[in-house]
Amino acid sequence: MPLNLNRVSMPEQESQERRHNFKEVNLGLTPELARAEAGRCLFCKKPTCIDGCPVRINIPAFIQAVLDNDLNEAVRRIRVDNSLPGICGRVCPQETQCEQTCVLNKKGAPIAIGALERYVGDYAIRECLATECVVAENGIKVAVVGSGPSGLTCAGELRKQGYSVTVFEALHELGGVLVYGIPEFRLPKEAVVQVEIDTLKTMGVEFKTNYLIGKTLLLSDLMEAEGFAAVYVATGSGYPQFMQIPGEDLNYVYSANEFLTRMNLMQAYKGDAAATPIFVGKSVAVIGGGNTAMDAARCALRMPGVEKVSLIYRRSEKEMPARTEEVKHAKEEGINFQFLTAPTEYLGTPEGAVRAARCVRMELGEPDASGRRRPVVIPDSEYEIQVDAVVVAIGTQANPIIAQTTPGLEINKWGYIVTDEDGLTSIKNIYAGGDIVSGAATVILAMGAGRNAAQKIHEVLAR
Amino acid sequence: MYEIISKRLIAPAVWRHTIKAPEIARKRQAGNFVIVRPITGSERIPLTIVSSDTQAETIDIIFQVVGATTMDLAEAKSIQDIVGPLGHPTHIENYGRVVVVGGGVGIAPLLPIAQALKQAGSRLTAILGARSKDFLILEDDLAPISDELLIATDDGSQGQKGLVTNALKPLLDKKAVDFVLAIGPVVMMKAVSELTRSYGVKTMVSLNPLMIDGTGMCGVCRCKIDGQTKFACVDGPEFDGHQVDFDNLTRRLSMYHAEEKKRKEIRS
Repeated sequence: MPLNLNRVSMPEQESQERRHNFKEVNLGLTPELARAEAGRCLFCKKPTCIDGCPVRINIPAFIQAVLDNDLNEAVRRIRVDNSLPGICGRVCPQETQCEQTCVLNKKGAPIAIGALERYVGDYAIRECLATECVVAENGIKVAVVGSGPSGLTCAGELRKQGYSVTVFEALHELGGVLVYGIPEFRLPKEAVVQVEIDTLKTMGVEFKTNYLIGKTLLLSDLMEAEGFAAVYVATGSGYPQFMQIPGEDLNYVYSANEFLTRMNLMQAYKGDAAATPIFVGKSVAVIGGGNTAMDAARCALRMPGVEKVSLIYRRSEKEMPARTEEVKHAKEEGINFQFLTAPTEYLGTPEGAVRAARCVRMELGEPDASGRRRPVVIPDSEYEIQVDAVVVAIGTQANPIIAQTTPGLEINKWGYIVTDEDGLTSIKNIYAGGDIVSGAATVILAMGAGRNAAQKIHEVLAR
Repeated sequence: MYEIISKRLIAPAVWRHTIKAPEIARKRQAGNFVIVRPITGSERIPLTIVSSDTQAETIDIIFQVVGATTMDLAEAKSIQDIVGPLGHPTHIENYGRVVVVGGGVGIAPLLPIAQALKQAGSRLTAILGARSKDFLILEDDLAPISDELLIATDDGSQGQKGLVTNALKPLLDKKAVDFVLAIGPVVMMKAVSELTRSYGVKTMVSLNPLMIDGTGMCGVCRCKIDGQTKFACVDGPEFDGHQVDFDNLTRRLSMYHAEEKKRKEIRS
């Protein structure tokens, strides 16, 4: 049989329409498209796609189930390794993971594994398939700190093993970065994130919002007074980084966390109907080249009155860490990409609002520690961009609260929690994972860490 | 949901709410604050915990109605969300001769710290400033713990007429001050800090920038302290007044004045 290289494309909202709304961009595969795509899979004897998946989902097995139109089986196959396929199918960087190692990638047409995973995940959400695993509680209490992807995964896995699980969240909404960070047009809150959380509630996981562990209760309180046998810390790396250049404290220079939190969690995108405002003006510059930068740029573009959004990245397009699809979507929507450019200073109005970004052009030099070519300033290349708002999306640092209030908890020189490969910290029965251990990474890696820690916690507590 | 046990109007547009919040009441120390979201759909705003009662499992907050969110809070029957205690508690020690300076609703966050300083053995002078007699709050709470209580009102309706700095200066001239704590409007904290700087008297202030999460996540509360960027929510809220860039704080506080005005109009 000849190779079928006609990779299906995901139906999506038309770019000029979607740039004015916050509804989901990708519309999902139809059953016909999904089966056509599944039919292209070669079902390799040694499936290399699995090697590309951080949690080693049995990809050919679920694709076979899609092909057989047995979606219950497809859900089961994925859920062995990943509890939240509807989320991962949307936000995983498949092109550097499973789809990169798919044999058909060599021919330029890897199987659309992400789209298929989402197709299966959406079926599970629609059919509320997760209640299959409500098990009786064994009376052993485990606490999870943080309700982002890592915490949710760990909570679900432990509940399935019979533990009484309580998830503590500092914010007033559950979901962590899935809610405050990733925008509605990329990850619908009610239709996807909330359903996954409700599923965990149905399974018996208890959730407590407005608990900042390290302040409201200490880790030691959880272990002693509150009677938890183990704790999993998955607080994320929420602490924004700035470039420390002049003018970063001008009004309307935002960290990406602030900008996205106002937009998503506090729903500033609803304009006058929202209590928490956001000012974007007509011209916005976003600094950075990751998914967060893309999210911020595309949120800004969707706000009424915005005429131009520039994305300023110091390396070239090739080095951008953002998902390929996000970059493609951003371009289609009209984001103005300024590659090999870096801001050196922001200039303000007499009232203290930012009015311009002074930038320099860069060229790529020798590779640095990350293996990417280091950007070097081109002399006399300075120029100014007129802006009304700036979003700094150059990464995050470790949040210090837990470390400050937990004596004996080992952290590294950047403030991240040190664990062994099982996720165990320097304190007995306290585990950690996700961004607060690894530094800012992906949703799937955070979920993998949550699952891994849940297994280890179970092994230790079951003894 | 957090139950409001009692509500009192203690000055024009200034409310004192007692709220059931057991964990916060247990953990709270002088200088801590909470983030409050009064109802679904309102903003998250920071408010200092004025007092707590571990028996009754309650905390007290005092706020002035200025915008839509504080209007929501004044009218609320219960509070949707409250998280805390946040920020570093105040460093308390016996500083010797201490002057605490409070202006307007800034007297509310001042009270618990004044109590702790007194308890640590400091000799306490309290200088309270208000627009007029009617707007002066917590005088009855500060009087019994103060070795000396001075009042300054803009219109002279109580105490001396004029600014709190007028009351502070003679004490500094007498070299009768080892430590100053000032909490109130930014202009007041700036004026106090500038005055004490020339006398070389250590002065702490409690900053009130915009906040959203209050946990270090968003960075909207960033302040310039001795040229360095600090987050008031996790690095503060108290800083050395001689190192604070008050003009920067004033500017950042004005960021959403237009939107806040509009929001208030829509709401009322």
